[in-house]
Amino acid sequence: MAFTVTINGKKTSIDVDPETPLLWVLRDDLKLTGTKFGCGAALCGACTVHLDGEAVRSCQIQARDVDGRDVTTIEGVTGEASATPVAKAVQAAWIKLDVAQCGYCQPGQIMSAVGLLTQIPKPTDDDIDKAMDGNVCRCATYHRIRAAIHEAAKTI
Amino acid sequence: MTYTDLPNKLTGIFAMPVPKPPDESRRSFLKISGGVGAGLVLGLAAPLPKLGPTGAQATSGALAPNPFLRVAADNTVTVIIKHLDKGQGAATGLATLVAEELDADHAQIKTEFAPADPIKYKNFAFGVQGVGGSTGLANSYEQYRTAGATARAMLIAAAARTWNVKADDITVKAGVVSHSSGKSATFGELANKAAGESVPDKPTLKDPKDFVFIGKSFPRVDSPAKVNGTALYTIDHQFDGMLIATIARPPMFGAKVKSFDASAAESIKGVVKVLPVPQGIAILATNTWAAIKAQRAIKVDWEKSGAETRGSAELVAEYKALLDSPGTKAREEGNLEDAFKAAVKIVEADFEFPYLAHAPMEPMDCVVRYDGSSADICTGSQMQTLDHATACKVLGLKPEAVNLHTVWAGGSFGRRAIADSHYVREACDIAKAYGKAVPIKVIWTREDDIKGGWYRPLYVHRIKAGLDKDGTIVAWLHRIVGQSIGAGTPFEALLVKDGIDSTSVEGANNLPYAIANIRVDLHTTKGGVPVLWWRSVGSTHTAHATEHMIDMLAKEAGKDPVAFRLAMLKDKPRHAGVLKLAAEKAGWGQPVKPGKFRGVAVHESFASFVANVADVSLRDDGSVKVERVVCAIDCGLAVNPDVVAAQMEGGIGYGLGAGLKGAITLAGGEVEQGNFDGYDVLRISEMPRVEVHIVPSAEPPTGVGEPGTPVVTPAVANALLSGTGVRTTVLPMNKQRYKSQS
Ligand code: FES
Ligand code: FES
Repeated sequence: MAFTVTINGKKTSIDVDPETPLLWVLRDDLKLTGTKFGCGAALCGACTVHLDGEAVRSCQIQARDVDGRDVTTIEGVTGEASATPVAKAVQAAWIKLDVAQCGYCQPGQIMSAVGLLTQIPKPTDDDIDKAMDGNVCRCATYHRIRAAIHEAAKTI
Repeated sequence: MTYTDLPNKLTGIFAMPVPKPPDESRRSFLKISGGVGAGLVLGLAAPLPKLGPTGAQATSGALAPNPFLRVAADNTVTVIIKHLDKGQGAATGLATLVAEELDADHAQIKTEFAPADPIKYKNFAFGVQGVGGSTGLANSYEQYRTAGATARAMLIAAAARTWNVKADDITVKAGVVSHSSGKSATFGELANKAAGESVPDKPTLKDPKDFVFIGKSFPRVDSPAKVNGTALYTIDHQFDGMLIATIARPPMFGAKVKSFDASAAESIKGVVKVLPVPQGIAILATNTWAAIKAQRAIKVDWEKSGAETRGSAELVAEYKALLDSPGTKAREEGNLEDAFKAAVKIVEADFEFPYLAHAPMEPMDCVVRYDGSSADICTGSQMQTLDHATACKVLGLKPEAVNLHTVWAGGSFGRRAIADSHYVREACDIAKAYGKAVPIKVIWTREDDIKGGWYRPLYVHRIKAGLDKDGTIVAWLHRIVGQSIGAGTPFEALLVKDGIDSTSVEGANNLPYAIANIRVDLHTTKGGVPVLWWRSVGSTHTAHATEHMIDMLAKEAGKDPVAFRLAMLKDKPRHAGVLKLAAEKAGWGQPVKPGKFRGVAVHESFASFVANVADVSLRDDGSVKVERVVCAIDCGLAVNPDVVAAQMEGGIGYGLGAGLKGAITLAGGEVEQGNFDGYDVLRISEMPRVEVHIVPSAEPPTGVGEPGTPVVTPAVANALLSGTGVRTTVLPMNKQRYKSQS
């Protein structure tokens, strides 16, 4: 079935099984592999993207449900042209503090962090814990994720 | 050493086709003349790099005096990384070494993973290419520095010749070569000429006091790509015509396919082929979703007669029954029997440790392209030589016909360092069975990963210790029961001696405390659950049992846990050093806030020494909240202090997640967990604040990837012992509820 969805600002048509999770549409069909697969069950956050501006787990959203909507992936928040000030601040803080280890969870962490800072520009540790608890990092870079979110908040 | 000189045990067990010795003229360190230099480095990789971006790439006009770096005319310095980087920072660490001796600028450094080559890129700790046991930096320290120093000397020689000046008057700083006369040039401008200079035999290495990066700061080379989503992991590789494969895997270890019904799977759009393979039933599809759906849809009747049918409870009971009889001796000093008779107080505890899955964030995966006469393998390969040899064997190809491309791995924690290379093996099995020359990417779902075995073994321990009237430990009996990680693998000869697998007893048989009468023994059990090293290996259980026991004894003796330890560490200055540092920084001895408890532990693993002081509180439901961990580490010279700190922070989080809630359990031979709901892992709300203090040292660098992991759980248990009086002998901690005594 064919759907039209705006991906990172570009109208895109896709023709897939309507049940296909958005995660695999992004990765397989659109070759946007920054969004990661970690659990396929809304338990890890590796697949986090923004749907109409809100952080969601793309493994849980079917292709049919994104028809006519707006999806932003890690690729869409990267780069001078497309990045919002919040996304830029988050990525700069991540680099400044060398948050990443294996890095596999980090696109998801960043999309969640951007979502958080967009809603709450100066989050407390508690706000961070609540917003980020669904994002697993097996390298346990949590300590620096917390610090980087505070760092980004300072510069927004 | 040549390929055929690989340790006999390795080649023997793999029974791999005896590879042709590589053509020495192509393999040796050669002087390289300008222009074709990079070609020589590259000549080693067979010409199939269509698959994947890795492997050395030709750059004309490059200086490439050895297999570890390339200085290109565009002024980039590419460091060839011989080890997998799975987050531990190998790429940054090795780049730091080269950049230091080359006096390069951080901004001009790039990295690239080395192709499989057991001679050039071997790990000196193993004799083959691979990384593990926190050996990555230690075994490369001189090698990569020398590589950088070599290129630096050649750049200077080229500048001296060009400017007609003395080499001695030339300095190099931040990627610029300059002369006192004011002449200067970038590396890029000199690269081509430098390639024509002779390769110095023994370039001088810097005096450590002149280091600008080592021991100081060198930001991670991989941060930008990992933050913007462009870093490519195995799962991200896409090629024209590529198929995605999943495997319907046995529900019990050792079960085999009896029969299967693929009709429902085959009717799914995108499914191309269903194939029986030794590992189960493989499904090939044009997209990942179809491959996953088909894996769920396929009906397999499993032959379970050869399968492991015991559950965790039965295993624990069987293991516990062995605790009363002596095991194989791993260490014995003094006279234990007399010492126990003379002791005024005896303390005894039995410990239980569950199976643990590594659960790296990126589930296992491998890409293969095989056309009948050659193959490319693209994966986060941690043991390149074994993985490469396995691919050669399964595909019946000569080593030179198989290219192994190592790519970033989304974690490993030991999972990708696998003796039977099964994740490469199964990809090759599928490619061979399918028989068409298309790239195939095999992916594991999270359920495949959690249920798939290769766990930290289940262990049961008993420690019985005696105190004399002064509260000194005079007798120590430590008995360990569990499966061997090394037995039956190519690592057996390395790990198992006189019936003792060193990974079962490490951390216990080298107990650092001065105790006159001591015995450590081991019952090695057999079972059908495949087991593997898990970040910090034996120390994952021995550190907890020994360090928690020490606090039980300190309590009985009425002594302060830090003072109690220090009195027994007079000959162990590095243990004592980290212990004192952590205690001091944590404010040990000062009163803790009401409702908070403090505990300490110290442990050596992988030749590094770590102490943790944990501040712990209880939630209303009696579960444990770790608020702060102060960590001190002595890892010799800390090449990249920030990477060391990151490894401590991450190791603490990884160890704590397991200590608080990690457990794989079996019932009737079936794994009861399947994803991050059942196998819960540490989340950000559970991450303590971590402070890392590095002991200044000029000793050679030792491991940091693993030593941070095993110390936090006993430190937390010791805090709980002091605040609640409860011993934590059964892990994970969420098995019990604690209640404050105050
Ligand atoms: S892959 Fe979607 S939450 Fe884990
Ligand atoms: S950085 Fe490895 S999982 Fe988060």
